[in-house]
Amino acid sequence: MKFSDLILQTAAKVLVFIIMTFSIYILFAGHHNPGGGFIGGLITASALMLLYVAFDVETIQEIIPVDFKVIGAIGVLMALLTGIGAIVADVPFLTQVYRYVDLPLLGETGLGSALVFDLGVYLAVIGTTMTIIRSISEDM
Amino acid sequence: MSLLHFAVLLPFLYTVFVPLFFKKLPRVHTGWFVLIVPLLLFVYFAAQFPLRSGSAPLFQSLSWIPSLGIRFDLHLDGLSMLFALIITGIGFLVIVYSIYYMSKEREALHNFYIYLLVFMGAMLGIVLSDNLMVLYVFWEATSVSSFLLIAYWFQRKRSRYGAQKAMLITVTGGFAMLLGFLMLGSAAGTFSIREIVAMKEVIVNDSLFIPAMLLVLLGAFTKSAQFPFHIWLPDAMEAPTPISAYLHSATMVKAGVYLVARMTPVFGGHMSWFWIITIIGIVTLFWGAFMAIRQFDLKALLAYSTISQLGLIMSLLGIGSLALHTNYEAQAMLFSGAILAAVFHLFNHSIFKGSLFMVVGILDHETGTRDIRKLGGLLSLMPVSFSLTIIGGLSMAGLPPFSGFLSKEMFFTGVLTAYQHIDQWVILLPIVAWLASVFTFVYCLVFVFKTFTGTYRPERLDKKPHEAPAGMLVSPIVLATLVLVIFFFPNLISYTLLEPAMRSVLPSLLQPGEVFEVDIRAWHGFNTELLMTVGIVVMGSLLYKTYKKWSDIYYNLPRKFDFNHMYDKGLTGAERLSARVTNFYMNGFLHSYLSYIFTFVIIVVGGSFLLQRALAIDPSTNAVIEWHEYLLAVSIAVSSGFVLFVNSRLTSIIGVGAVGYLVSLLFVIFRAPDLALTQLVVETITTALFLLCFYFLPKLKTEVVRIRVKVSNLIISIGVGTVFTLIGISAQSTNPFKPISHFFLNSYELSGARNMVNSILVDFRAFDTMLESVVLFTAGIGVYTLINLRKSRREKR
Repeated sequence: MKFSDLILQTAAKVLVFIIMTFSIYILFAGHHNPGGGFIGGLITASALMLLYVAFDVETIQEIIPVDFKVIGAIGVLMALLTGIGAIVADVPFLTQVYRYVDLPLLGETGLGSALVFDLGVYLAVIGTTMTIIRSISEDM
Repeated sequence: MSLLHFAVLLPFLYTVFVPLFFKKLPRVHTGWFVLIVPLLLFVYFAAQFPLRSGSAPLFQSLSWIPSLGIRFDLHLDGLSMLFALIITGIGFLVIVYSIYYMSKEREALHNFYIYLLVFMGAMLGIVLSDNLMVLYVFWEATSVSSFLLIAYWFQRKRSRYGAQKAMLITVTGGFAMLLGFLMLGSAAGTFSIREIVAMKEVIVNDSLFIPAMLLVLLGAFTKSAQFPFHIWLPDAMEAPTPISAYLHSATMVKAGVYLVARMTPVFGGHMSWFWIITIIGIVTLFWGAFMAIRQFDLKALLAYSTISQLGLIMSLLGIGSLALHTNYEAQAMLFSGAILAAVFHLFNHSIFKGSLFMVVGILDHETGTRDIRKLGGLLSLMPVSFSLTIIGGLSMAGLPPFSGFLSKEMFFTGVLTAYQHIDQWVILLPIVAWLASVFTFVYCLVFVFKTFTGTYRPERLDKKPHEAPAGMLVSPIVLATLVLVIFFFPNLISYTLLEPAMRSVLPSLLQPGEVFEVDIRAWHGFNTELLMTVGIVVMGSLLYKTYKKWSDIYYNLPRKFDFNHMYDKGLTGAERLSARVTNFYMNGFLHSYLSYIFTFVIIVVGGSFLLQRALAIDPSTNAVIEWHEYLLAVSIAVSSGFVLFVNSRLTSIIGVGAVGYLVSLLFVIFRAPDLALTQLVVETITTALFLLCFYFLPKLKTEVVRIRVKVSNLIISIGVGTVFTLIGISAQSTNPFKPISHFFLNSYELSGARNMVNSILVDFRAFDTMLESVVLFTAGIGVYTLINLRKSRREKR
């Protein structure tokens, strides 16, 4: 698919950053506000998809030279490892812990192993969605 | 985690490093790195020896799935010790041998050693587990690793056939055994073997006693290649020879023997246990020996001989189990001699058969063939191999001065004891045993003399034969030396290895602190046993000399009774049947698949909904429906109706998308922002995906569909709609179960999150989320693979 829609391309360049920022906000906000890894991952994937639609596959491949299969695998492994971490600490599989930590600049921040888990889901969703979309579009 | 647990898990853990050695250090044979595992384990088990003599067995507990009564408990008693030493000791020698046998340039050594280590760990797990469920897991792990090892040269058709056959037969038996274990577990209320043995009285009177016994025996017989399940073992000889020496003669096929020995304290003393095992064992002994003579392939000959020897050990275990029978209390010590003979012969068989297999490997390696029609006259060319064959072969034939003689004599004592104390007609037992031993003698002669004497015909061999390198000879020499040493000093192992093993098979015969009297000697005076051996030598030599005259009976055997033929027939029949069943409903039309799925949903969901009398319509608790909610519902209905009547794919996508966005608006109204967000994004992505996929589809055209199909479609769609509407309304109207939602209200205290939905996703029900991510990722990889397969196939064209 080869498009050369100038308006779409110009808009996409700006929009992608807004959507990406929003998706990362959604990922981290998930703990107390609507959001989370799954939604965040899907929003990131839709931002990337906008790029694919506005430009063409080869161009984006050059700009973002990542293998999304690997991203997905890393995500699944992260989710799995947080669970195994609980076993190592001798509590049931996938028990999540939560602590308030005083971080420099950010002040008192809540940190939880659930966030790592959610990050894993986030990456798994991006990896999978993009793998599917890319394989189909490359097949054309 | 104790050291004992670590010993079982060490081979599994070590597999992780094997590919690294293979890839990073290709100049050193990977076997050298693997060698350390059996060595360490052998030293570890041997170091437990002082504990053995008369003291309590080593027991280590580890909780695994406590809610199901499954504990990873390990138990090292005399019987486990004997097996553990055989597994690690022969494992060590086999790996030494494989270093010279397997070429490091041509073979995928990392696979070979990974499978071998998995097998070693699993086999140790079988003989050490106290829990039946854990034992079962390891049992199947040996079947799987054996499958992988037989199919190691998977390019060959015979290898794949042999691997599949071994897998199907042993796994079927294993599955039966699992059922038997479950019955035992339900009768005893525990899966622990020690506790089951302690509750013997309860189990004997349970109605499940006989079925459990039969099923457990089915597992043991398939694994130990007992008649009529023996057919997989000759085909398993397609594995590399070190594997045949290790798995298919010394260890894995003895797992069935182990299981029978281990279960003797539970089932032993019951007459049917005695009859089944003794008869199957003696038939296997005879049939294996009889069939071994006609083989031309040396490995096939050894395979049948292994079958036959396993039958011998099995029948001894059957006879020995009578020691626990109440009618034979007076003769208990006499019958217990059969158990001693069984463990002793098991040990002997492992050493002489191991060395014989290694010699066959050497012959194959040096001459390029294992066919005795091509071999002959190798005596002067390969003198060391010849000496090794003499030692192993004559030990197998039961002649002095080799250890096989001792256990063979004890075997005759066992069958004679059975005859003297049970019934007149049981004289068949010693007779069949004697006949089988005659045939054993004949195939041993075939093995030794057809290979090494006679005329040397170099033109029939692919290579110019010469003696094997020293490294290849080390392992069989060690084993052959053991054969000789055990004959002259049998009491080296009698109280260290054999008596403790015997004690764990027959624990109830002894008072605490007592030990069995074990006195193995070569000379008992001129008794029946010696006479039988002399008879075997005379009759066997005669038959060997006149083989050409009577060999015709092999070709006149009725084909109907050929179990291989039956197996092949059954397999092709099953394949054809399942293909027919599958083709009946898998017709390639998406439309048909959808109607199956939806019809199924209507029947199962709707049916159980009606059967449970769950239908309840109670609008009184409903909130007032606002006008904008009506508007939304109508819009959803209109846009889904719109999809039905458009004639362009693009328009229908937009219709479906509209439905999705409208539903997410509903979520907003009902204050479910998480759901609304997800629905919105999913809708966006799927629309884009649809657009991508539609590129490949042909233009939508009005199809001529038969009216019958249209009506059935209508009925199915109305049915699905009705079922789900009714379920939705009923769920709203009644509350048959106590709601659990109040638990999630405390999400902030429980998981530190104010967003309840998210804390359910990542904390309370994180297991679901994790597995969902795995499923999602698997689906993604599936799409990727399918598309790329198509692409590569297209490029090939």
